[in-house]
Amino acid sequence: MIKLFSLKQQKKDGEPSPRPGNQKKASAAQLRITKDINELNLPKTCTTEFPDPDDLLTFKLIICPDEGFYRTGRFIFSFKVGPNYPHEPPKVKCETQVYHPNIDQQGNVCLNILREDWKPVLTINSIVYGLQYLFLEPNPEDPLNKEAAEVLTNNRRLFEQNVQKAIRGGYVGGIYFDRCLK
Amino acid sequence: MSEFQESNQKRWSHLRKVLERPGPFSHPEFEPSSEILDFIMSSCKLLVIGAGGLGCELLKDLALLGFKNIHVIDMDTIDLSNLNRQFLFRHKDIGSSKAEIAASFINKKIPGCQVIPHFSKIQDFDENFYRQFHIIVCGLDSIVARRWINGMLVSMLNYDDGVLDQQSVIPMVDGGTEGFKGNARVILPGMSACVECTLDLYPPQVNYPLCTIANTPRLPEHCIEYVKLILWPQENPFNVPLDGDDTQHIAWIYEKSMERSLQFNIPGITYRLVQGVVKHIIPAVASTNAVIAGICATEVFKIATSCCVPMNNYMVFNDVDGIYTYTYEAEKKEDCLVCSQTPQILEIKDPNKMKLRQLLELLAESAAYQMKTPGLTTVIDGRNKTLYMATIKSIEERTRDNLNKSLVELGLRDGQDILVADVTSPTTLIIKLKYVIDDVEMK
Repeated sequence: MIKLFSLKQQKKDGEPSPRPGNQKKASAAQLRITKDINELNLPKTCTTEFPDPDDLLTFKLIICPDEGFYRTGRFIFSFKVGPNYPHEPPKVKCETQVYHPNIDQQGNVCLNILREDWKPVLTINSIVYGLQYLFLEPNPEDPLNKEAAEVLTNNRRLFEQNVQKAIRGGYVGGIYFDRCLK
Repeated sequence: MSEFQESNQKRWSHLRKVLERPGPFSHPEFEPSSEILDFIMSSCKLLVIGAGGLGCELLKDLALLGFKNIHVIDMDTIDLSNLNRQFLFRHKDIGSSKAEIAASFINKKIPGCQVIPHFSKIQDFDENFYRQFHIIVCGLDSIVARRWINGMLVSMLNYDDGVLDQQSVIPMVDGGTEGFKGNARVILPGMSACVECTLDLYPPQVNYPLCTIANTPRLPEHCIEYVKLILWPQENPFNVPLDGDDTQHIAWIYEKSMERSLQFNIPGITYRLVQGVVKHIIPAVASTNAVIAGICATEVFKIATSCCVPMNNYMVFNDVDGIYTYTYEAEKKEDCLVCSQTPQILEIKDPNKMKLRQLLELLAESAAYQMKTPGLTTVIDGRNKTLYMATIKSIEERTRDNLNKSLVELGLRDGQDILVADVTSPTTLIIKLKYVIDDVEMK
């Protein structure tokens, strides 16, 4: 270890910055999200929409599945990346009403990597693939919408009909779903 | 010798024994002298971040070690629940600024000590403020705040031809506690592991699976999280976001959590537990704070005086069963987002003529970079700005016009940091623009 006492020089208050062009620095979260966004490798079923190109922390993901129960629909998710990213996961909500065992009417999404299994090595891309997978393989084991999960377990045909009805817009089990056809 | 000088001599006689003569454990380059005590008392300037459990202890310890110029920052006010361990505060101080009360207490109690309080957030100050300190000590309870000050100190480093200028290093001593456990560490920004290098060491926040909370609660915490995450946004009882410090809000959550726990036959909901879960309260043990703050203050003293070799560099402490401590060297992370790179200088001949398109071509073609699809962002007047990003359609469309603007037209100044992300590098690179003024004509 070096002896750090160059420190003995007197330091002055409010010393003007010795370097020109000094300014607010980008945060670690910003450094990381820039990388995540620049290297987003989206499957062809997904697109992103940045309302403000200068704000990489707030954006939408649009998923149009090309197979499975949900292939006719178009689903929008909002992403909010906080200042503690990637220590904490982004906040993701589903903005489209969807009849799905793992998504509730308030847009909460039950995906393990969004909460209990989040790790800083995961990226925005991991979440995109996780969400896409939810539409290909809805998981009735850990439901958020219990009714939908029960139908999926007991009667797959009825489940498929319900999904289609909801995507086209209409009532399923007393709940009205807005149309979200592709 | 005047009476004052004499009493002063006696008052600090123990410190002088350490600072004015060598010992078997001294730093190999330690040169005992009476100047060191003078340095501590008259020139050395410290910053204590946080005036809570650790902060009160730190201020007391540092003042008693002879430091006289101490600034303290804390954005919080005093709460009744602080009084059991934050001993610079009294009942009458509830509601006042922690920094201000702590500073005035120390200044009154320890003659000659001058603590200057700042009732604000660390983010309210810029690098000119932080540059005035010799050493920064943190007693924080937030990872965001640690990362912020760490990033600030790393960004203040100067490099000459890629070699770190040690004069620009401000050592940071960081303490943290949780119940009977704690840690203390010494960070020499740019030289040893920084907060970001070891970010994985922080335990992740406890998050319960959403489906468990929604359908199969087993713990009282599950019931509270249900009310907080699902019921609150649904019913929006006060038409405002949830505020953990508002007793009405906590009372509502308590009542609803109770209802849910009865429904699922789960015992254990208490008002305190509700408060703890909503506010993520971590239990604080006064003696743990005292131990960790003591270690941090000692490290500050060692760094400031060079009397002993500072800790290298991370100590864990646990006294749940006996006392266990272990000190090891946390290593710098090679691809640390914050401290692994020295800003790379890119010389620009004519920023008025050079277009962003040409800068991108340079990054793709130059032998040193050979980038594929670089995305460029920067910070202008404190705001993030995306210069160009080809990989995202909605961003590309709205930043395409920037390609034909010159660097000056884009508002980029001499010394500007450009953040460059590309598949060819594991982290975002920071490239510093250096405008080379061609002064041949002026001669």
